[in-house]
Amino acid sequence: MNTHSTTRSLLQKEILLGAIIASITKLSPKTQLRNPVMFAVYIGSMFTTFLWLQSYVVPSSEPSTFILGISLWLWATVLFANFSEAIAEGHGKAQADSLRLSRTQVLANRLTDAKSRQVTQVNSADLKLGDLVLVEAGEVIPADGEVVEGVASVDESAITGESAPVVRESGGDRSAVTGGTRVISDWLVISVATLPGNSFLDRMITMVEGAKRQKTPNEIALAILLAALTLIFLMVVVTLLPYSAFSAQFSDSGTTISLTVLVALLVCLAPTTIGALLSAIGIAGMNRLSKANVVAMSGRAVEAAGDVDVLLLDKTGTITLGNRQATRFLPAPGVNIDELASAAHLASLADETPEGRSIAVLAKRNHGLRGRDLELSHPKFVPFTAKTRMSGVDLDGQAIRKGAAETVESYVRSLDGIYPDEVKSAAKEIAKAGGTPLVVARNNQVLGVIELKDIVKGGIKERFSELRQMGIKTVMITGDNPLTAAAIAAEAGVDDYLAEATPEAKLELIRQYQQGGRLVAMTGDGTNDAPALAQADVAVAMNSGTQAAKEAGNMVDLDSNPTKLIEIVNIGKQLFMTRGALTTFSIANDVAKYFAILPAAFATTYPQLKTLDIMRLSSPSNAILSAVIFNALIIVALIPLALRGVSYRPVAAAQLLRNNLLIYGLGGLIVPFIGIKAIDIILSLFTA
Amino acid sequence: MSASDLLQLAVFLIPLLLAVKPLGWYMARVFTGIVPQPVRWIRPLERMIYRIIRVDPDAPMDWKQYSFAVLALSLVSVFAVYILQRSQSFLPLNPQEMSAVSADSSFNTAISFATNTNWQGYGGESTMSYLTEMLALAVQNFVSAAAGMAVLIALVRGFAQQSTSGIGNFWADLTRGTLYILLPASLLLAVVLVWQGVPQTMQRYHQANLVEPIVAADGTTVTTQTIAVGPVASQVAIKQLGTNGGGFFNANSAHPLENPTPLSNLLQMVSILLIPAALCGTFGEIVGDRRQGWTILASMLVIFIPLLVLTIYFEQQANVRLADLGVVGGNMEGKEQRLGIANSAIWATATTAASNGSVNAMHDSFSPLGGLIPMWLMQLGEIVFGGVGSGLYGMLVFAIIAVFLSGLMVGRTPEYLGKKISAYEIKMASLVILLPCAMVLVGTAIAVMSDSGRAGIANPGPHGFSEVLYALSSASNNNGSAFAGLSANSPFYNGLLGLAMIVGRFGVMIPVLAIAGSLSSKKRTPTSSGTLPTHTPLFVVLLVAVVVVVGALSFFPALALGPIIEQLMLK
Repeated sequence: MNTHSTTRSLLQKEILLGAIIASITKLSPKTQLRNPVMFAVYIGSMFTTFLWLQSYVVPSSEPSTFILGISLWLWATVLFANFSEAIAEGHGKAQADSLRLSRTQVLANRLTDAKSRQVTQVNSADLKLGDLVLVEAGEVIPADGEVVEGVASVDESAITGESAPVVRESGGDRSAVTGGTRVISDWLVISVATLPGNSFLDRMITMVEGAKRQKTPNEIALAILLAALTLIFLMVVVTLLPYSAFSAQFSDSGTTISLTVLVALLVCLAPTTIGALLSAIGIAGMNRLSKANVVAMSGRAVEAAGDVDVLLLDKTGTITLGNRQATRFLPAPGVNIDELASAAHLASLADETPEGRSIAVLAKRNHGLRGRDLELSHPKFVPFTAKTRMSGVDLDGQAIRKGAAETVESYVRSLDGIYPDEVKSAAKEIAKAGGTPLVVARNNQVLGVIELKDIVKGGIKERFSELRQMGIKTVMITGDNPLTAAAIAAEAGVDDYLAEATPEAKLELIRQYQQGGRLVAMTGDGTNDAPALAQADVAVAMNSGTQAAKEAGNMVDLDSNPTKLIEIVNIGKQLFMTRGALTTFSIANDVAKYFAILPAAFATTYPQLKTLDIMRLSSPSNAILSAVIFNALIIVALIPLALRGVSYRPVAAAQLLRNNLLIYGLGGLIVPFIGIKAIDIILSLFTA
Repeated sequence: MSASDLLQLAVFLIPLLLAVKPLGWYMARVFTGIVPQPVRWIRPLERMIYRIIRVDPDAPMDWKQYSFAVLALSLVSVFAVYILQRSQSFLPLNPQEMSAVSADSSFNTAISFATNTNWQGYGGESTMSYLTEMLALAVQNFVSAAAGMAVLIALVRGFAQQSTSGIGNFWADLTRGTLYILLPASLLLAVVLVWQGVPQTMQRYHQANLVEPIVAADGTTVTTQTIAVGPVASQVAIKQLGTNGGGFFNANSAHPLENPTPLSNLLQMVSILLIPAALCGTFGEIVGDRRQGWTILASMLVIFIPLLVLTIYFEQQANVRLADLGVVGGNMEGKEQRLGIANSAIWATATTAASNGSVNAMHDSFSPLGGLIPMWLMQLGEIVFGGVGSGLYGMLVFAIIAVFLSGLMVGRTPEYLGKKISAYEIKMASLVILLPCAMVLVGTAIAVMSDSGRAGIANPGPHGFSEVLYALSSASNNNGSAFAGLSANSPFYNGLLGLAMIVGRFGVMIPVLAIAGSLSSKKRTPTSSGTLPTHTPLFVVLLVAVVVVVGALSFFPALALGPIIEQLMLK
């Protein structure tokens, strides 16, 4: 933990240094042109620099130091904007660099003949699609691919950060391997699935590094609005020149407003705060996703995550703990519960299935039964077979069996025993409530029923009600029968469920929701999930899943944790909220700036406008400078917020809006009054 | 404000608001093609019109076809109005033998009436023949208003329907708006106005002997007066109901024959806002959620009522310069004594909130801040009620912007009435805000920089600046009211203001239709608790804030150099 934080702070220092250098290199006009708001500031900075130089040649009505001051702070505004973007990129780059380390070229053992295991060594860059390569313990997997033969444990820490090795085997849903990971034991034969340079790792690097970062739809829309606002303010400022000339001439006093002041006014009015931070917000959103160990294939997917209306969640692993567990013993009439528990315990001692183990655990916990000394009894364990469909133990001349209700019933009847009606109805009740009944018999006597139930994860119900508040509908997907599904759905508090789900049924369900105008998110890992993943708007593939699933999804969760979807939605929402909050803040700021700049700008023509100077600033030039300085510093002050994102609490939209409007709207109105006044006080210390 | 002011305010507002629901419902019926029973007898006439112009009313147009139809109609209108003015001396119904109107004035007036602006650089009773008044101007009063409504309905359809490119048939919308709404309402109002004493005649002007002869400035004694008459009532009715505002007489509704009684004054004031307000109800009906309509109406009222109260307040204040001379009472300069301060202030606020532009007092003579409010209401983009149709579609564009900002703050792609707001809508909405705003600012700049622009300014200093700013604000936002004081009937202003009217009308209409087309083709997202509700008081606050902040930020510097500094210099 300690070493972790030191490496992090070292990293921070490196990122900071890189960002400072990048803020200067980003001054190239080509880079600046990408952001119309900041481009206006950039041109303004150049123009005021020119005015400053000119003031030494042509006498100016303003002191050169004032023009220089404005000009320097305008340049600072541009640099701060560059810095915010660079620091966000820096975080991504650091991550990309560590990924790149694992992408070193390796020699691959290409199988020339699959049968005889003849291999030739080739460079990993020369592998072609469909090539078969042999990877043995200690070797690095040369490319993304599908395991066609073998079972091995693989260290995937290079991409997931998780040190525990994972098992990869041919067939099934754990057959995909990623280039750059290392086989620890055994061997694998892999069919190469992607070309070099186009591997999963490569795409991850491109994504986190932001090299191919395209603006997302909402980012474009916001950029258009900001550009339009800038254009309006440009017009306001440009027309102010003739207005001022006209006013000065007709009122016969004062001089026309100076170009320096006009540029300062434009920069203060233009939505520079959000303009400067917009790109950083987007990159930071991607970074937060990477930090949650999720790789998005596009920024578009992150935005879509914020819009999701319906979450399709697999029951197993997401809503319930992986396996069914014994929760209750229900003895038959005339049987003591401890007797039933004891028999169930004995029958399950050799049962290594999770269900069997949970029976032993329940007996131990509720009935004090511990591991017993069975040496003397010469137990003979009877494993579960497809034929008998029961398991149990023979000891001391007793045959203890447990199994499904119908199986045990016919077993007992075949031994001329009685199958009590109470047991029958108890078993039915359990099935109706979503559980699985196991009946226990000793010889031909039925002892009772064990209730096995899906255990809903702790806290999941609250999580779902939070999601409901956010307006997101949860749908549980399960292979269970409708009865069981309904019971678990009710217990977990999901809004809906799809029972006996087949891949086709999933796909159909997604289409239905989309027809109704909803956005659907789902997780999946198997090849049979691929069509549904491809259809869903936000599709998170588990990293442990198959290559097909990963190709179909637009995000990959490296931790393979299906609950992650909820976190992803949060990150998407934060992304929108941060943009909205800073835009509102930025526009609300303008009110105070008008009150600072306008009276100052017309101080010579209309001294009466001083009435509007409600901040009582020390002098016209200090007023203008204070507004410009505030405008620049607020960007720096908000960089942490842009990188971290506005905090998101799952409450209804109306309340969320009220809170954010209060903080960023009203706050944006008030803060600059205080800030500008404070800066003015400091400035007046120097000028007095 | 005195009790009498409050009473006059109540008498004006209550009937207006009571009419919103029934009239809104009625108009929704008309535009969705379900003609209500009482007017079903007009249907054969409607069908006959379609047959004559060869239009299938059920064939929808996409937004480009719709725009093309609007533009084509407007172009033909401009030509017709221009030619009628230029040739009126050869045409019948010209008892006063008016000569042809000058080329630049004809151009300006043609655009003015075709764009529902009704800016008047001319004096009606001394310029236009009865035929021109009726066939050119009154026809445009109907058609331009109906076109505004049609475009609004197309936009509302964009919200209401999904996954289709058609936004309705312009010719059908135009015909229905005229036949079922504007014509019956104007007929009714005109009859009442005639009853109140507004002339409706084809006779020549009357000559009357003065009871007391007066001596003119040049020393001649004047013993007779010409009393202008004409087909006035019919013109006045539609001028108010269609938010046109172009007066029959030069003095507009301050003229005793155009607005003779307190009742005629009240009816005209209510008529100014009647259809724009009721269209909010129509909007709610058609999108299937009346609360949405009420929210928009509430937002308009939240802006309108405080400004109205402020205007009355500012006009009730004594002019400090006159107070020094011992004059008591409020600012009566430029007001009709028979109408008084409250009614003049209400009218001024209403006529500029709606893009009507008719006046019953001279805004130029208002106190600086009292004059600021009408000016600012126009600069907001004529969306607080605004023109028939055009006001509401402007307001809905602002609602889109408000939804975009606030929608982001709840963590989703913003959506309004289930339609996701994407880059395309924002681009078009930006144009809607940008173009009239640019026209006002740049137009004013051109006028104060050029000699011909400065030549028209009557007053020096800030007030002169206000006059130019007011004229450009009025024309660019299709209001048409004048601050007076500015001599605008010159080739320079006729040309500049003509251009401003075109930009203000079509620079808004076409992007709005583009939005309608884009929204119409989108799916409607069902609402959930994660959706930003757009029918709450909070949304009213938000929408009002966006309108006010955008309006204030864009025009604060200009207003500071006009009315604000004028007020500060009074002290």
